[in-house]
Amino acid sequence: MDYHSPASFAEASALAANATGITRFLAGGTDVLVQLRSELVTPDTLIDIKKIDGVSDITRNVDGSWTLGVAATGAEMSEHPELSGDWPGVVEAMDLIGSTQVQGRATLTGNLCNGSPAADSVPAMVAAGVTVTITGPDGNRTIAAEGIPASPGKTTLTKGEVVTAVNIPARGENGGDAYLRFIPRTEMDIAVVGVGVSLRLDGDTITEARVSLGAVAPTVLLVDDCAKAIIGSTLDDVALDALAAAASAACNPIDDKRGTIEFRTEVAGVLAKRAAKIAYARAKGEQA
Amino acid sequence: MALDDRKSEFTFVGTRPDRPDGLDKVTGRAKFGADVSAPGMLHGAILRSPHAHARIVKIDASKAEAHKDVKAVVTRADFSDKVPFQPGLEGEFWNVLENVMAGEKALYDGHAVAAIAATSALAARDALKLIEVEYEVLPHVTDVDKAMASDAPVIREGAADYSVPEGMHPNVVRYHESGHGNVDAGFAEADLVIEDSFVTEATHQGYIEPHACLGMLGNDGKGELWCTTQGHWIAQKTCAALLGIETSQLRVTASEIGGGFGGKTTVFIEPVALALSRKANRPVKLVMSRSEVFRATGPTSSASMDIKIGMKKDGTISAAQGVFRLQGGAFPGAPGDMTAMCAFAPYNLTNVKQIGYDVMANRPKQAAYRAPGAPMGAFAVESVIDELCKKLGLDPVDVRLKNAAHEGTQASYGPTYERIGLVETLEAAKAHPHYSAPLKPGQGRGISCGFWFNHGGETSVSLALSEDGSAQLMVGTPDIGGSRASMALMAAEVLGIPYENIRVTIADTASLGYNDVSHGSRVTYASGLATIKAARHAVERLCGRAAAKWGIPVDAVKWEDGCAVPSGPNAGDFDPMPLADITADMGATGGPISGHFEATPEGAGVSFGTHIVDAEVDPETGKTSVTRYTVIQDAGKAIHPTYVEGQYQGGAAQGIGWALNEEYVYGEDGRLQNSIFLDYRIPVASDLPMIDTVIVEVPNPGHPFGVRGVGETGIVPPLAAIANAVSHAAGVRMRQLPMSPPRILAALKDNG
Ligand SMILES: Cc1cc2nc3c(=O)[nH]c(=O)nc-3n(C[C@H](O)[C@H](O)[C@H](O)COP(=O)(O)OP(=O)(O)OC[C@H]3O[C@@H](n4cnc5c(N)ncnc54)[C@H](O)[C@@H]3O)c2cc1C
Repeated sequence: MDYHSPASFAEASALAANATGITRFLAGGTDVLVQLRSELVTPDTLIDIKKIDGVSDITRNVDGSWTLGVAATGAEMSEHPELSGDWPGVVEAMDLIGSTQVQGRATLTGNLCNGSPAADSVPAMVAAGVTVTITGPDGNRTIAAEGIPASPGKTTLTKGEVVTAVNIPARGENGGDAYLRFIPRTEMDIAVVGVGVSLRLDGDTITEARVSLGAVAPTVLLVDDCAKAIIGSTLDDVALDALAAAASAACNPIDDKRGTIEFRTEVAGVLAKRAAKIAYARAKGEQA
Repeated sequence: MALDDRKSEFTFVGTRPDRPDGLDKVTGRAKFGADVSAPGMLHGAILRSPHAHARIVKIDASKAEAHKDVKAVVTRADFSDKVPFQPGLEGEFWNVLENVMAGEKALYDGHAVAAIAATSALAARDALKLIEVEYEVLPHVTDVDKAMASDAPVIREGAADYSVPEGMHPNVVRYHESGHGNVDAGFAEADLVIEDSFVTEATHQGYIEPHACLGMLGNDGKGELWCTTQGHWIAQKTCAALLGIETSQLRVTASEIGGGFGGKTTVFIEPVALALSRKANRPVKLVMSRSEVFRATGPTSSASMDIKIGMKKDGTISAAQGVFRLQGGAFPGAPGDMTAMCAFAPYNLTNVKQIGYDVMANRPKQAAYRAPGAPMGAFAVESVIDELCKKLGLDPVDVRLKNAAHEGTQASYGPTYERIGLVETLEAAKAHPHYSAPLKPGQGRGISCGFWFNHGGETSVSLALSEDGSAQLMVGTPDIGGSRASMALMAAEVLGIPYENIRVTIADTASLGYNDVSHGSRVTYASGLATIKAARHAVERLCGRAAAKWGIPVDAVKWEDGCAVPSGPNAGDFDPMPLADITADMGATGGPISGHFEATPEGAGVSFGTHIVDAEVDPETGKTSVTRYTVIQDAGKAIHPTYVEGQYQGGAAQGIGWALNEEYVYGEDGRLQNSIFLDYRIPVASDLPMIDTVIVEVPNPGHPFGVRGVGETGIVPPLAAIANAVSHAAGVRMRQLPMSPPRILAALKDNG
């Protein structure tokens, strides 16, 4: 196994482009090292991106949007009051990952690029409209977070491509987001269902919404029908029921050791309602 | 010398000093199974079957053997049923050997088929991939009911013993039937009869420390073994048998142990390390991964049970009957008999009948897990009693009190109880504020009783006094629950010297006679009894030295508060002679002073408990949280109350896991799907409420201080108590464990 710690993304990309066999980028390593030790994936090339300048920065841009370095950890996000104030749903989703120890290492980018359908921060990022910037042999590009996962464990990134930044839009006025997941225990578990909701209000009425589901399909889902169900409403019971129905209808889950098809389908609706209520309350400026 | 056998006033017993092993454990100084090394040591790794059931056609290890870092490869041919000087093994030894290293067939996913010793752990792991095994995959079965069906694949022809009735499938290997009275007549007298069926999945003990050992065995047949175990004499005896060496030539030392709960009462990797060592002529260390622990050590049995109970309007149980089918992996040994015998044991029944089956399936060999077999049976029986109470509008504690077994009751499994404390636990439950606390909407309350036999077992203890008046106590039962503290307290009580002046050591197999395993809740009872008697033996000798100094007969001397004193005014007028004054010159007054005791004590004294649980169920997701928990159990006499409470709380915590989320999940292919803690869901700290405890003390007549073992009974009531609480909270009877959210949600849907 070859280990590299390049000083720039261009170098990281070139190393990956020229590597043979299995290549992994090493952000927090909380997926990579676990997979290595359990002999699931033994990389031939390991490219540590943590030595690149600025990779741990969390920056609020002049337009109110956010740029997060690809090595910024869950703990650094949770301890950032302005980021938590703007995007509590994204921060709480990231904060659900693992334990205190894992929080000190794990990153949004690693969670997204690991390609797990159950990744917690991903539905929250998708609901928030997050994009990622990528450097590759053919130059740079920026794509929506939902464009990264291809299938369980696989991404759309091509050989030599590396994510260089995570971009979160400006929150703007009267907006709120939330993420909820279902696990059978209280912590240290993998989502059986995850739901991210982001919305904006005009008075009491929802004017914009994005609803995303995790762990109920081979990749994260951005469900337009869920958004339609609540846009124009005050999140009354009729809208909530329509939201739940749309969420359940969008599910295409599997039966496995973590949950049944019926269970995931049903609970996706339940959590969509609960997450929407929290996002709504946050948009109104209430504590939730 | 005058000594009372029984004691009820105590100086040290019943206090709560720090445990002697505490500092070592919190500073990392304690040495566990994987913490020792030896010069020239090799690292072992085990190749395991990926198939649930397969004939091993051929094993070609030549490439592995040729690897420069590999120093030995062993297969079944390297154990004693194949080596010429030991013509075959019989009975349980053969089963253990078959489990430790597969013979003609791999019998479950994870079954060991070969092992390697190499110069590093990584090299050993990588070299495993060089071993080529040709398998012929066979049909498999993992479910207990399916394993008994006529079309089930036969796991091993001829494994059944004489007890199994004609016409049963060969996978049924033992049969138990017991009871008394006439159940049909009893059911006819009942105002309400409920018949129901229940299922539980296998769970793992989940000890934090994986199995680990360091073995050294020379060509001269002399060996040393260091291992994490609940019983090093059984490890010694088994390893010697499996390797064809003399028992006494293998010295076994027990490491500190990071939990066992019954799962470390047998051997898995120890004979393999020794076989590798014998072949490589170097010490070999073997450490299991968590996944190996799940796949190839002993979980509990899974169970399928049918219960029928008749009750009169006043709550009297007129008849009770149960059929208990336990699957224990691909070997005989599932405790169907224990389940059957314990299931109705809390009750004073005129008519009772119980049947137990021991069934083989393609799963790892089950091992004990605190009160093996009893929790499942209690789950089924106590659920039906709860349902009867509900339908007849009766209070569940009152009904249990009405039917409770007491001194003189003929137990459901045969014998007549001596003094027991079930009624006292039920009365304490009724009086406890928890039982009358109001419930919030969506919450339910459940109660259950539980029983376990407890055990005596071979026990040998020595105590040696030092010149400065301190004492060294050697016991042979690995400390799995704070027992060194309890032993020191009991010795202090007899000797009359401070707790801190006694050092308790878990002696190796070369230092004491045979000691049975730390199981059966026997340690505080049996090693405690032997400690008291060994200390008394030393006291007799101390009194003898004092008598000689004073020139009076030994029976004119008694022992009081750590001093020899004249037994009465007629014995003479001498100042009390402290222990340290006698030991100071013991070399000149007759030599070292020690005490010793060994026996197989028979008076363990059965133990009962009653648990109260509140649970809340989210009706939209089926998720349960346990909001309040109270354990009430008879300890006979709590030597160190904190560690008694620890046993109670641990039983409840493990029971919560077993009831709600823990389970072995097998795929269609017969492979275990969840062999890591991520997917094998034991409770995390935030899943548990504060677990309240009440220690009831109804002294056991079989122990000098009244001790009853407390290590196992605590896991018997939780499954039922939680199931009753959840069933009330959800408004639907839960008949299958674990009560995971998908199962509860499905039950809620079915209920409309
Ligand atoms: C105990 C424990 C608990 C956990 N609990 C959860 C949980 O509750 N929810 C959850 O979703 N996950 C959980 N995880 C998984 C893991 O922690 C998360 O997925 C985490 O966000 C991964 O981030 P990382 O920085 O550690 O990724 P790494 O392990 O460093 O990388 C993960 C993947 O991303 C790729 N990658 C990393 N950086 C880049 C980049 N810049 N460009 C392109 N590809 C890149 C790597 O090649 C690799 O394939 C848990 C893990 C552990 C060990």
